Amino acid sequence: MKTLTEIVVPQLAESLVSATIDKWLKQPGDWIDIYEPVCEILTDKVNAELPSTVAGKMVKILVGKGETVPVGTAICLVETEGGANEEQPVQAGAVTAAQTTTGFPDSAQDAPMRGRFSPAVQQLAAEHSVRLTEVTGTGLGGRITRKDVLAYVASGAGKSNSAAGAATAAAQSAVDAAAQVRSSGLHLTETPRLPKIEVEGFAGAGRGDSFIDVTPIRNTIARNMRQSVSEIPHAWTMIEVDVTNLVLLRNKLKDEFMKREGINLTYLAFLLKAVVNAIKDFPIMNSMWAVDKIIVKRDINISLAVGTEDSVLTPVIKNADHKNVAGLAKEIDELARKTREGKLTLSDMQGGTFTVNNTGSFGSILSYPIINYPQAAILTFESIVKRPVVINDMLAVRSMANLCLSLDHRILDGVICGRFLQRVKDNLESFNQESKLY
Amino acid sequence: MAEAEYENGLKRLDARYIGLLEYAEAWELQKACVKEIDREERQETLLLLQHPPTYTIGSDKHPEHLLLGEEELAERGIALFQIDRGGDITYHGPGQLVGYPLLYLDAVGLDLHAYLRNLEQVIINWLGEYGITAGRKPEYTGVWVGDLKIAAIGVKFNKARHRRGFITSHGFALNIKAGIAADGFSGIIPCGIEQYGVTSFNDLTGKQLTVEEAAVQLLPHFEQVFQYKADTLVK
Repeated sequence: MKTLTEIVVPQLAESLVSATIDKWLKQPGDWIDIYEPVCEILTDKVNAELPSTVAGKMVKILVGKGETVPVGTAICLVETEGGANEEQPVQAGAVTAAQTTTGFPDSAQDAPMRGRFSPAVQQLAAEHSVRLTEVTGTGLGGRITRKDVLAYVASGAGKSNSAAGAATAAAQSAVDAAAQVRSSGLHLTETPRLPKIEVEGFAGAGRGDSFIDVTPIRNTIARNMRQSVSEIPHAWTMIEVDVTNLVLLRNKLKDEFMKREGINLTYLAFLLKAVVNAIKDFPIMNSMWAVDKIIVKRDINISLAVGTEDSVLTPVIKNADHKNVAGLAKEIDELARKTREGKLTLSDMQGGTFTVNNTGSFGSILSYPIINYPQAAILTFESIVKRPVVINDMLAVRSMANLCLSLDHRILDGVICGRFLQRVKDNLESFNQESKLY
Repeated sequence: MAEAEYENGLKRLDARYIGLLEYAEAWELQKACVKEIDREERQETLLLLQHPPTYTIGSDKHPEHLLLGEEELAERGIALFQIDRGGDITYHGPGQLVGYPLLYLDAVGLDLHAYLRNLEQVIINWLGEYGITAGRKPEYTGVWVGDLKIAAIGVKFNKARHRRGFITSHGFALNIKAGIAADGFSGIIPCGIEQYGVTSFNDLTGKQLTVEEAAVQLLPHFEQVFQYKADTLVK
């Protein structure tokens, strides 16, 4: 039996969101071997030949020369001899499953495309609770198109058949699974392609909603966050620190520091010093999970979460344990400046082993941070607030701050993190008016 | 890969400094090497060379960025090629180190843009040795010192016919000689970027480095970034 396979634009680069068809190397009617280039695509300063994922005959070009399409878009159809197609055993299996689930009536020979539904068609069918097996396909090889579904809905057929819903859902999940593994040919990343969302007919209606294009950086943030939350079992703990003496120390030194160095002496610099010294005592905090082992990093490279108007980046202070408070203050100032000016280089962003986020800078007193994958933990430094505190059974007004820690519970447990936080607290509270910056 | 030889865990690289080579010849040489590497008859290769005055226009072409007519080009002795790399128009000429890395990149974990960033990193690292802080502009591939471009990058990924991965061709053009901007870049809007200019290593440092010396110095940085071990630079 003959089947049609879509060739899609693969995720050829992590930052790749779309590509332009530069030229077609194959035309409808041409035979294509597996892995043979079908077209050249263009992205940024790269020309790349795009290989076919299957062997077969080119049937149709879906995206013309010069057009730019998102990653994951089908760009051409290739007709393959069924069965012999080893590249896509999962797809074949899943379609069979879909057929059995729905009691698919047609013989495959008559209508090779009847078991295959495009995501747009599936979505449309789901919106209208349409059972796709009852729709007559007019597309290529009996394939059901959006038009067919709409015509079916308009005809009023199947309206009464609400019991079909469950079967449709089952069939659809099977087909979804097939769509997910629809081979890009190059399994370049493990990241599943984002589902394409049809907004047509839903967007309008004058509800005042608007759409924001997802920028590459937003996309990267989204993927990293999702990967962290889905892979790392997060746990959370918090400690409060009395920073009264630190406040006095900083107030004493900051003007002179500004005069001498030209930069702000921030609390964050003192916190980093306290954290780095604590990591030295608890090296397991500076580690990452590697399935069959835990890698404890030798260098202490602190990722600093720096927010901009519409993103958050984590530039790295390398070998933070080799720097004193003044050195850390300079690094913080420089990285923050480079971040705001968009001048960070790749090497500024690489090699982080532990992340610190100065959430207090925007007034937070408590946060639940997501670990900067693949690190083991992330610590936030919350706002310094004057509060009544009981000391020696007397009330005192002290400057207090919370430190929050999210941890990878595969690597770390409460006891070790408790001790680590206690050490950070001790380090911070031991700053006094005699402490040196250099 | 069958033929790849390793030394200390690093893949071997055939690195050559060729000197001055006509653009057309170099293009044919690249294509021949790509085929040989595909058939595993040749080690992965880095060609380092200079071109006579030439303009090349990549796939992302905007004819309006070439400011000279055909007659003017002929008068100035500048050749013009339309080629199969990514990018818009650029100038090649004496005093510029051109590098064509012809590498086999496996499909697994392949990242086209990461390859570009690595090419940039090689040049950034080398310039760093001279205390020059070079960097990237997020919008524009290439290596920049401030708002001046010192190296242009444009590459092609050729699908290997016998293996899953890709073989790279084209590469980078790094300006060494002082005053190169006046030589050739004045006739075009390089890469279609109108608001920024072009610079060179000797302009920045006041040194008199030759292209060949630059090639020798750049090679270790290439080896380090891409994790290859080159045989001695064949000249």
